[in-house]
Amino acid sequence: MEPLEEKYIDPQPWLDKNEKPFLEIRSVTKKFGDFTAVDKVNLEIYKGELFCLLGGSGCGKSTLLRILAGFETATEGSFFIDGVDMTQIPPYERPVNMMFQSYAIFPHMSVEKNIAYGLKRDGLSKPEVKTRVEEGLKLVQLSQFAKRKPHQLSGGQQQRVALARALVKHPKVLLLDEPLAALDKKLREKTQFELMDIQYKLGITFIVVTHDQEEAMTLSTRIAVMNQGKIKQIGTPTDIYEYPQSRFTANFIGSINIFEGIVKESLSESHVVQSEETQCDLLIDRDSSIHTGEKIGVAIRPEKIHLSREEPDKQDFNTLRGKVLDFGYIGNLSVYNVKLPSGKMVKVSSPNQNRYSKHRVTWDDIVYLTWEPANTVVIL
Amino acid sequence: MKENRLIPNDHSQAEGDKAALPTEKSAKHFSTLRNLLNSFENRTWRGVVIGIPYLWMLMFFFLPFVFVFKISLAESIIARPPFTSLIAWVDGTRLSINLIFDNYLLLLEDDFFTIAYLNSLKIAFVATLCCLIIGYIMAYGIARSKASIRNVLLLLVILPFWTSFLLRVYAWMGLLSNHGIINNLLLAIGFIDQPIQMMYTDFAMYVVFVYTFLPFMILPLYSTLEKMDMSLHEASADLGAKPVTTFLTVTVPLSMPGIIAGCMLVFIPAVGEFVIPSLVGGPDSMMIGRMLFDEFFANRDWPLASAVAVVLLIFLVVPFMLYKFYSARQEGRYV
Repeated sequence: MEPLEEKYIDPQPWLDKNEKPFLEIRSVTKKFGDFTAVDKVNLEIYKGELFCLLGGSGCGKSTLLRILAGFETATEGSFFIDGVDMTQIPPYERPVNMMFQSYAIFPHMSVEKNIAYGLKRDGLSKPEVKTRVEEGLKLVQLSQFAKRKPHQLSGGQQQRVALARALVKHPKVLLLDEPLAALDKKLREKTQFELMDIQYKLGITFIVVTHDQEEAMTLSTRIAVMNQGKIKQIGTPTDIYEYPQSRFTANFIGSINIFEGIVKESLSESHVVQSEETQCDLLIDRDSSIHTGEKIGVAIRPEKIHLSREEPDKQDFNTLRGKVLDFGYIGNLSVYNVKLPSGKMVKVSSPNQNRYSKHRVTWDDIVYLTWEPANTVVIL
Repeated sequence: MKENRLIPNDHSQAEGDKAALPTEKSAKHFSTLRNLLNSFENRTWRGVVIGIPYLWMLMFFFLPFVFVFKISLAESIIARPPFTSLIAWVDGTRLSINLIFDNYLLLLEDDFFTIAYLNSLKIAFVATLCCLIIGYIMAYGIARSKASIRNVLLLLVILPFWTSFLLRVYAWMGLLSNHGIINNLLLAIGFIDQPIQMMYTDFAMYVVFVYTFLPFMILPLYSTLEKMDMSLHEASADLGAKPVTTFLTVTVPLSMPGIIAGCMLVFIPAVGEFVIPSLVGGPDSMMIGRMLFDEFFANRDWPLASAVAVVLLIFLVVPFMLYKFYSARQEGRYV
């Protein structure tokens, strides 16, 4: 039997060798005096992607975005949109638009005039400007606020004005600088999905700069994690979270426990790692790139560790014994800090599937931590 | 084990609640008393703070103005004081109030005065416009300069105030006169054969006007331009506006409060300016400030001079009121 509905398949153009990147950044470097804000960044972004630049403050993500918009000129390197070199083109002639973190809405113009501003600069006819403005207002559900002045709007509404103003220009690439940072948590979550919806509807390539990893994970098709002007890893949210390639990425995205050790033995299915910190051997899945005698970090996410007071009898699992030093109740889950005999702290989180029970693990309990070798990540 | 800690905590809280009950009432009484005291103090202080400048204005602006207005309705006589009194006893029994409007009629009828008024307004307007153009460029430059040198640049703008105004005007006379530095220099390099007549022309007057009033234009302009959010300019460029368009559609409208404040600060004193036109201005370009001086001190016609002053004040108060009205509306709009 054939399925009634065709299932939506996530397009992954970056895996397709024949696909050409829509936006190509070639070893772009930006220096401010001695300080290198962006360090030889190479990026290929495909049409229709919602690409996130993720990193802490001062990592160069905003500078890179400003280079794309044309507010900063790259010290070295070039970048192309749709095959055209954009490096020397002034901002007012680039087919990109930016949504500013501060929104940068003109305070002396009404919502309508703000949105029409860019269209008028394109020299469109009056009726055309009018229809495009109406379209834009409708897209962000602000039609009834057209005549309002920006200061009469809430933060969320101002954010929509900024979005509509950039979108009505039909840019080839829309740059969003911390688009949701100024909104409160509930509104931010709601707006995230609206943003994705609008992006999917219009098919415009979005590049989002954010420091919020949750936002990046929810929004994006792919994420580039940046640190000190360099891109540390590019990949889908799942790739980045489940297979971090460096200590930086592993620590930056979510939290992780890393056990330092030396590969003692290589078996047919797995490697045995000896670690001072665990005072027992750890099993990891076999990987052809790992050799005996190598120093590695065995990383495991807190939610992938099972915690119990009874000693488990699973032989092929990694098991550690420790004492609960700290315990935090978050609501949907509880977080434990477990101290191993070696002094190493291990973070464990477990979902609260049942309400308060007398048998729950609490301070000073002796607990057993277990996890499947397949869930570990090896970090060199 | 550690959860036990919660129990003593609960106890202390319960005790605290009980203890709070009786004191709560007295605290309430006390706080109402204090509030009353506070509000009294607040009201008194507010009265004092607002009252002092108003009292000052009443004594040193409004009352003198009433006197001047009174004198303007009198007639010039050779006596001390040199004008007729407003109220006089006639035949010892009749009290007569003499309001003489001749001076105002003369102002209307004599072209001499009309021309002087129009000339003052014209010169003040042109000087304000020159100040605006030069001042805007300077203020913009200072506001966009590095933060470290910004204060030095501002200091340089107000530096001339540290020398006497009169001294600075004399310095300009030394620069502009036929045997002055500029003419001598031009003669020396052979650029001209004869000195250019600059002193006692409108040109000299404008130069000194602009020189004198420029800081009053730059300071308010700087304060609005400096506060302006640079991301608005970037947003404008991003939306496709060339630099000139951005300047006209974003920078100028948003700096309007500074433009208006600066223009008022230049225009109002420029209209009534006396020193500059009498020292460097030509004999044919009569300005109202100079005329006022002449009527008072040369002709000793106090009533006519007072009438000139009253009309001048009206000329100046009206644009100032317009400015106040405009800025009040602006505040209502942006805040």
